[in-house]
Amino acid sequence: MWKWLHPYADPERAYKLSGTLLPWFATSALLFIATGTSWGLLFAPMDYQQGDSFRIIYIHVPAASMSMAIYMAMASASFVGLVWQIKSADWAAASMAPIGAVVTFIALFTGATWGKPMWGTWWVWDARLTSELILLFLYLGVISLYASFEDKVLAARAAGILALVGVINIPIIKYSVEWWSSLHQPSTIRITEESTMSSDMLYPLLINIAGFGLMAGAITLVRFRAEILSRNGMRPWVRALAEAEGAK
Amino acid sequence: MQFDSISAFFNMGGYAFYVWLSYGVTALSLGGLIISSLGRKRKVLTEIAKQAGREQRLKQIRTSEIKGG
Repeated sequence: MWKWLHPYADPERAYKLSGTLLPWFATSALLFIATGTSWGLLFAPMDYQQGDSFRIIYIHVPAASMSMAIYMAMASASFVGLVWQIKSADWAAASMAPIGAVVTFIALFTGATWGKPMWGTWWVWDARLTSELILLFLYLGVISLYASFEDKVLAARAAGILALVGVINIPIIKYSVEWWSSLHQPSTIRITEESTMSSDMLYPLLINIAGFGLMAGAITLVRFRAEILSRNGMRPWVRALAEAEGAK
Repeated sequence: MQFDSISAFFNMGGYAFYVWLSYGVTALSLGGLIISSLGRKRKVLTEIAKQAGREQRLKQIRTSEIKGG
């Protein structure tokens, strides 16, 4: 596998490959999110208890699940970077951190605007909300550690170690609603058994979860490409690109 | 279609403020992230072009000093 994978660790190849993948990710993300959101807002039936306020679910749940998925992807990339010293993996991790932070912010914010009409409060210090807030701080920590070192190899190592230590928070977020009593309801999407949600409501939600994942992928590719360029400023192929850009 | 009219849609069964606030903030923050991410490539490349220009000028000064000296 490493023989096959190794060429893609070459920055120029990684740059070109991510450029080829980008339009596919971007287009499908747009299609999925447009479908899921308009289906969820216009056609999904109203919740019999929550009325139309439940439509916040179509951004809250995708954002919350992606906040954890992006973290796992970032930590995996950091692990590869730390263990095998593949710089592209470090750059991928650094590209994902700001996306994760924004998505986590969205999960927290939409949770608050959903909590206010349903629970009567914007915020409570319960296990699910607090651990998700810690996730936001972990992302901010990774971003600022990576930004605080001029030497980016050192920066990636420091940020990577924080990212790996922070993985402990992910199962805490996931199982917080089962381990502790919480205002937050447990998951209604089940993988192994039938979901406790009508399919008219469920399908647009699944489409939006996929759409958010594809969008996170597309933005990662965009940032990853810029990161490759900025870390390889001395290479002739990047110099040539910069010259062409400067001539514009 | 779950709503009888456009105004019913915007009213969101009385939850308009909460629903549109969450959708609005989501759209704004994702839009900001996407725009800033797209802008990075150009920023990085102009930075590198500047750096290359500086190195070029330094080289020229050095060679002319050697010739002059």
